[in-house]
Amino acid sequence: MNNYSHFLKEAKTMAANETHRLKIKKAITSYETQVAAMKKQQFSDWREARDVATGIKNEVLENLPDLLQQFEEKLTSRGAKVLWAENAEQARNYIGEIIARHNARKVVKSKSMTTEEIELNEYLEKLGIENWESDLGELIVQLAGEKPYHIVTPAMHKSKSEIASLFVEKLGIEYTENAEELTMAARAHLRKAFVTADIGITGANFIIADEGAIVMTENEGNGRLGMACPKVHIAIAGIEKMLPRLADLSLFLPLLSTSGTGQQLTGYNSFVRGPQSATEPDGPEEMIVILLDNGRSGIYRQEKFQHVLRCIRCGACLNACPVFRTVGGHTYATTYQGPIGSIITPQLRGMGEWQHLAHACSLCGACTEVCPVGIDLHHLLLETRWQAEQEDAASKKWHFAIQMWSKVITKRKMVDALRPLLKLFIPVVKPFMSANQQKRLPEMAKKSFAQMWEKNEFSR
Amino acid sequence: MSTQVKQNSKVSLFIPCLVDQVLPEIGLAMADLLRKLGYEISYNPRQTCCGQPAFNAGHRTEARTVARHFLQTFAEADYIVSPSGSCTAMVRNYYPVLFAKDDSLMTQVKSLQKRTFEISEFIYAENKVDQISGHLDLKVSIHNSCHSMRELGIDNQIEEIIRRIDGVEIFIPQVEHTCCGFGGLFSYKMPDIASAMAKSRFEAYNGADLDVLIVNDPGCIQHFRAEASSAGFKGEVLHLVEFLQKAMVSA
Repeated sequence: MNNYSHFLKEAKTMAANETHRLKIKKAITSYETQVAAMKKQQFSDWREARDVATGIKNEVLENLPDLLQQFEEKLTSRGAKVLWAENAEQARNYIGEIIARHNARKVVKSKSMTTEEIELNEYLEKLGIENWESDLGELIVQLAGEKPYHIVTPAMHKSKSEIASLFVEKLGIEYTENAEELTMAARAHLRKAFVTADIGITGANFIIADEGAIVMTENEGNGRLGMACPKVHIAIAGIEKMLPRLADLSLFLPLLSTSGTGQQLTGYNSFVRGPQSATEPDGPEEMIVILLDNGRSGIYRQEKFQHVLRCIRCGACLNACPVFRTVGGHTYATTYQGPIGSIITPQLRGMGEWQHLAHACSLCGACTEVCPVGIDLHHLLLETRWQAEQEDAASKKWHFAIQMWSKVITKRKMVDALRPLLKLFIPVVKPFMSANQQKRLPEMAKKSFAQMWEKNEFSR
Repeated sequence: MSTQVKQNSKVSLFIPCLVDQVLPEIGLAMADLLRKLGYEISYNPRQTCCGQPAFNAGHRTEARTVARHFLQTFAEADYIVSPSGSCTAMVRNYYPVLFAKDDSLMTQVKSLQKRTFEISEFIYAENKVDQISGHLDLKVSIHNSCHSMRELGIDNQIEEIIRRIDGVEIFIPQVEHTCCGFGGLFSYKMPDIASAMAKSRFEAYNGADLDVLIVNDPGCIQHFRAEASSAGFKGEVLHLVEFLQKAMVSA
């Protein structure tokens, strides 16, 4: 089954899944309330904040090669290593080499979408490495044998009772739906991992050029432990995570937390500038930052799409998207879901295999409205549809139909002559359609507006 | 829109393909309303469609063909008014994308942009709101289409127009606006998602016991009507101009 058929099949199942729809609706309604309140509380003018952030990110795009070099120089001057990964395989191999060099057996991971992107978990499993996800949401999906449902909220689709049953089964606890007890169970389970892991692998929310630092934001302290306890810390970051100056965080940290989770500031914000220094009592002996391209420079080279690299992965567009809310994150079968995922996946992983995602959109524009860095998301989805057609990757069937339609629709006489035929045609094709398609078939009016106008059939 | 239309100038009806073929009563109601507001109206039957179905689905070559036809049809028109936020947005916001590389047509597009209005913004731009009056004892709510709201920036205009009708009680949903699920060919390509989206949207009106849901885009209307019974929505779904036609008659 190709990706498009798989998407349609999953979407159909999910669209009919009322439990899922209402669960996500509840979660997102509470998110929306928090975000609205936080926007008011934190920003005198949200649009202005967004414009400033957009400007800073545009500055990044204009100077990206230089900023990356500056970042590398600064960070390596303090003893860290920077590795450049052109693609997922190269990134995985780097990690494999580090693991081999340290003879490591155990890895503790903090939530990182880039590690999902390079399919690190599968790779580590193949190497026989014990791999612990330490973010609570990520741990839940790992224990359930699933992929993250959402780039920010990986277990958004799990109810308390589902998590409770999962923990009973996998962690051997007594059944409880008390959130605090469940969190404590995860904590007890993970604490061992932090102290015994050989390597900590994290992502990075921002990489800072002038300071040569990586910044990670999270709410559980697991990221901080993961980058501080093990002897080796590997951070993997997409090259677009760049900010020119440390001072830019004064805007970007609250912007990310507001849009991402409706928080004033994320619970833990860690700034790392290298491995343990001579004056520090502890910290990792080795720190490696892997800068991941994996298709990003391909986006960078395209004038129309370049600005999508402003994305800070806050997840706001997913939450705003009525299609995401309906089909859920897993239906996309991608690392990045929702509107942003539907734009970057065809670019990163191939138009032919993924262009259908650009069509999973009613063009409502809710995503564009909430984006904190002004990405023109729904218009880029439109551009993707057009690009797919130019690259001969779009559906031939629909294109043919539209070609025929465009010939007819530009001629009034033909339009009106074909009306009776269309009326006959609809009942013929109807039985071959699903119930949801059938109800959408338009009932042709007895006469077109043009015909009525000609016959002067007015109310007065 | 800042452009002011001259008093009693001629208004050319822009009848979207969906209205022409499936919902002509919306076109008639709009003509009716514009006449009541004192406009001389004209209609060029050569018009058929603005090209949006092709453009939205990514078929820009065909969209260009249809849009070129549209440009010819409306070359002479003073002011162009449509009962669709979406089709207006196509002309105003997307024609410049479509003809970005075509200087000769861009001049026409730019002129067309200034002359094309969605009906509620037209009433507003023309300061005609005060001329709307009527009476209907009904409980209603409003669905401002996504394109009308986000592409054209139409906000409270529809509500303020409806407030001119005595006896109407307007229900404002407590949840944020979401798309009805139409999205043009989207709802034909992915009908199950589109249906579930309509269901979610109808939930915003749960318990309100509406008589009428007032909408300003024929696409949404078509979709809402198709989905109403499975979503358990008991009220009528009417275009703003159909609603005003009813209200202004019964006054």
